[in-house]
Amino acid sequence: MILLTRKAEFSASHYYWNEAWSAEENARVFGKCSNRNGHGHNYTLEVTVAGEADPVTGFVVDLKQLKDVMEKEVVAAYDHRHLNLEVPEFKTTIPTTENIAVAIFRRLQGKIPGARLHRVRVYEMPDLFADCYAA
Amino acid sequence: MEDGRLDQDGPHLWATTARAHLGRRYVLSASHRLFSASLSEAENQNVYGKCANPHGHGHNYTVEVIVGGEIDRRTGMVCDLAELDGWVRREVLEPFDHQNLNTLEVFREVVPTTENLLIEIHRGLALVLPRAMTLAVRVEETSNNFFEYCEDPI
Repeated sequence: MILLTRKAEFSASHYYWNEAWSAEENARVFGKCSNRNGHGHNYTLEVTVAGEADPVTGFVVDLKQLKDVMEKEVVAAYDHRHLNLEVPEFKTTIPTTENIAVAIFRRLQGKIPGARLHRVRVYEMPDLFADCYAA
Repeated sequence: MEDGRLDQDGPHLWATTARAHLGRRYVLSASHRLFSASLSEAENQNVYGKCANPHGHGHNYTVEVIVGGEIDRRTGMVCDLAELDGWVRREVLEPFDHQNLNTLEVFREVVPTTENLLIEIHRGLALVLPRAMTLAVRVEETSNNFFEYCEDPI
């Protein structure tokens, strides 16, 4: 089995806030990430698919198709957006790196032709990332 | 996408619990010499090459710690970052950072290869991590060499 990974980047703003908590509780748990004015990151997305190399093309997946799916399903929705205010799944869940990885996995699942989605990795910072794996 | 709900826990999207893995990178600087007392000088040179040079050498090791678990529906997090940083500071950085690995008790009878350093790092963190979390560790010795250890192959 071969794992193939393609990267993309998007720049977005967000904040961490639990509506069921007081402002003090949010500040205590999330620190400066709870600032309701938001802050931003350059996120790096890695999408990894698993499969065998096609005997004719030698491809695990058509990279142009993979790139187009990532662009359409993720980058177009997230890039240069405020995640809390403009992305439907984050109106009702906190856009932590973990939840972003799960959300992107669910956006991509079943949409990549000819290959199985294996892992989505999202870097919020160069030293902080979250992975969501296929079950 | 599923509709989200708001209940006493706060906002959450996932109708069932979702699992994710949180990765964090740290740097520690240490020196070591690869040399086995059970081998002759010539055998050590043959096995370890310039890594057996008598005065040792050093690396900026990059340690990647990846913890896996359920995403807390109240916080959206697998793990509190400050808590993870604390575990790594105590179990990894304090014992190994700015040390000569060959002088440490854990390497008294074990060659401080990066493989063995990786095992020690994983052992120390596994003792303090909550039982429900999985742990994988990756150590980059140089930009060309890295080593990984995980409990559950993914």
